[in-house]
Amino acid sequence: MPLVRNGAEVANEWTHLDDAAELKPEGSVTLSLARFLAEADSLAGRNAPLGVRLVPGDDAALLEPFLEQIQLVEVSFPKYTDGRGYSQAQLLRRRYGFTGEIRAVGHVLRDQIFYMNRSGFDAYETARADLSGVLEALTEFRDAYQPAADQRAPVFRHRHGS
Amino acid sequence: MYRYDEFDARIVADRVAQFRGQVARRVAGDILEDEFKPLRLQNGVYLQLHAYMLRVAIPYGQLSGRQLRRLAEVARDYDRGYGHFTTRQNIQYNWVALKDIPDVLEKLAEVEMHAIQTSGNCIRNVTSDHFAGAAQDELMDPRPWCEIIRQWSTFHPEFAFLPRKFKIAVTAAAHDRAAIAVHDIGLRIVQRDGATGFVVYVGGGQGRTPHLAALVKDFVPETEILDYLEAVMRVYNLHGRRDNKYKARIKILVNELGETEFTRQVDAEFAAQRGSEKINLPQAEIERVHAYFAPPDFTATTAADLEAFESAKREHPAFAEWTEVNLHPHKAAGHASVTVSLKPVGVAAGDATTAQMQVVADLAERYAYDDIRVSHAQNLVLPHVPVAHLFAMWQALDAAGLATANESLITDMIVCPGLDYCNLANARSIPVGIAVQKVFEEIKYQREIGKLHINISGCINACGHHHVGHIGILGVDRKGEEFYQISLGGRADEKAAIGDIAGPAVSADEVPGAVKRVVDAYLGLRTGPDEKFIDTFTRLGMEPFKEALYAAG
Repeated sequence: MPLVRNGAEVANEWTHLDDAAELKPEGSVTLSLARFLAEADSLAGRNAPLGVRLVPGDDAALLEPFLEQIQLVEVSFPKYTDGRGYSQAQLLRRRYGFTGEIRAVGHVLRDQIFYMNRSGFDAYETARADLSGVLEALTEFRDAYQPAADQRAPVFRHRHGS
Repeated sequence: MYRYDEFDARIVADRVAQFRGQVARRVAGDILEDEFKPLRLQNGVYLQLHAYMLRVAIPYGQLSGRQLRRLAEVARDYDRGYGHFTTRQNIQYNWVALKDIPDVLEKLAEVEMHAIQTSGNCIRNVTSDHFAGAAQDELMDPRPWCEIIRQWSTFHPEFAFLPRKFKIAVTAAAHDRAAIAVHDIGLRIVQRDGATGFVVYVGGGQGRTPHLAALVKDFVPETEILDYLEAVMRVYNLHGRRDNKYKARIKILVNELGETEFTRQVDAEFAAQRGSEKINLPQAEIERVHAYFAPPDFTATTAADLEAFESAKREHPAFAEWTEVNLHPHKAAGHASVTVSLKPVGVAAGDATTAQMQVVADLAERYAYDDIRVSHAQNLVLPHVPVAHLFAMWQALDAAGLATANESLITDMIVCPGLDYCNLANARSIPVGIAVQKVFEEIKYQREIGKLHINISGCINACGHHHVGHIGILGVDRKGEEFYQISLGGRADEKAAIGDIAGPAVSADEVPGAVKRVVDAYLGLRTGPDEKFIDTFTRLGMEPFKEALYAAG
């Protein structure tokens, strides 16, 4: 499935591991939040890239103490109409200061990508849009009324030159 | 009123271009209908029984003459020559072709209008008091804060896929004309020790499980209100139910958690916001928005103007009647707020033709400081009219069929489109409303009855606000037959209450007679003409009214 990160199509070197599957010492893998938390102590010594996949009901706050240990958070959208992932991403970026990759996975559509980008996502795994579509979606709006997790200054800052 | 600057204009222009692309991709088959649905919904495009419906936003119900004229043109060029004003102060067109909608949106953008977030599971058009900026009983004009909230909520990236739709209403008057108790968030602007702030109510709503909003915070300073709204929205977005569409509104979350626990969660989320997460709206921006809503330079009224007004009333009893019923007290001397009734007997409530919209636009420009409002009762309002122009205005309205004297009287009903248009409805609303109107057509009878709100919904979704009608009528389906359940004692104002169901539903034919018996019972039971129907009901309870309702007709 095509993966777009920071405006370019890239190869996906990550795998999501089922809770029942064996975790090998090598390889970039994401685990469910529950498994990650249960095995956090032993995972601390692992020398390969590690990430977590959140599902909509997961409490992103539980990840806060471990954000130094992980490079990727996959926020999953089983249905694109379930918007909890936007709040999870905002919390990770703005409240807990996560600087690694936040990747949207699942039912990711072109027309949600602008909102995702503003909410702190920087990578999109999407079967329903190509690179040009994703890039177009990211720039469809030149302005934003409210501050969010991206770098756009809200319109009121432009209005008052601050 | 608010005017777009380059940023507002660019955001709306970008939206039009985006939707044009989305429609093109849908037509080309690049987007599936299921994926297109939320996109069109967030542009106000519904698929209805017979055609696509386009709902255009009228932020907090305010229009200029130029804007209303453009709405009239859209009705003429893309619909069947009329539009339907809604209980959320918007306008709907019922017969627009999907392929034309990008063009319509472009024409609207030319007059600083749009259809953004008029549907879909997002924050909808912010509504307010239709007499805002004019009413004698308001603490201050709520519109600047409505506009600030409109901008904050427009394309808010975190809250575009909420569990369900989300409605915010704002009032700043003693008498609540914005129905804040039945909104997802209701805000009342207050002043404490010289500081402006908001009382925050959350979790009101109608639909199949009506709830009055809970008091969640008794004072949020104006500088923190957007941050507080974000806290409410985030708690809802993360914890609102998504397993059942009918349990997804925030009222259910508030109810299931309990008011105390819900408030605790919001307060905890608010307290957890870091400095860098705060919106920090600059004082200069608050002032910039307020400046757009400075009152017009009200003209002075002379003794001769007043004398001419009195003499016109003496010479034209119908004009006198209209001034007694359709005027609302204004804060400026020599002015009144005029309700332009869209409820003549026999017409679908809230419908206005192209010609009628043009007449109102002209009158607003000529006589009324170019300011028009849409009320949640589905009427138009000219909020600032000098007494000197009332007679000329009435004559022009009368010629256009817009001078019905029935504001807040029994024929001034809120009626949803019902089964004639809507694919959710179980029963027709419009013909039942008209049948009830006919019973009370005589103006003397209506005025004897006094203020009485009848609200009619064609299904449990309650778009006709039947729960908060003094008399509420709900269409239900009984084995393929349309029946109507009557409730009594609802109200949407500062004493908001959900009406009680009187008893078994009655057939369409029986509705007018049943309502008449209830009303006539009231006339016999009231302490005097000053005791309104709703007050008599509160004093006596359901029993005598129920007895009258089900008495052999």
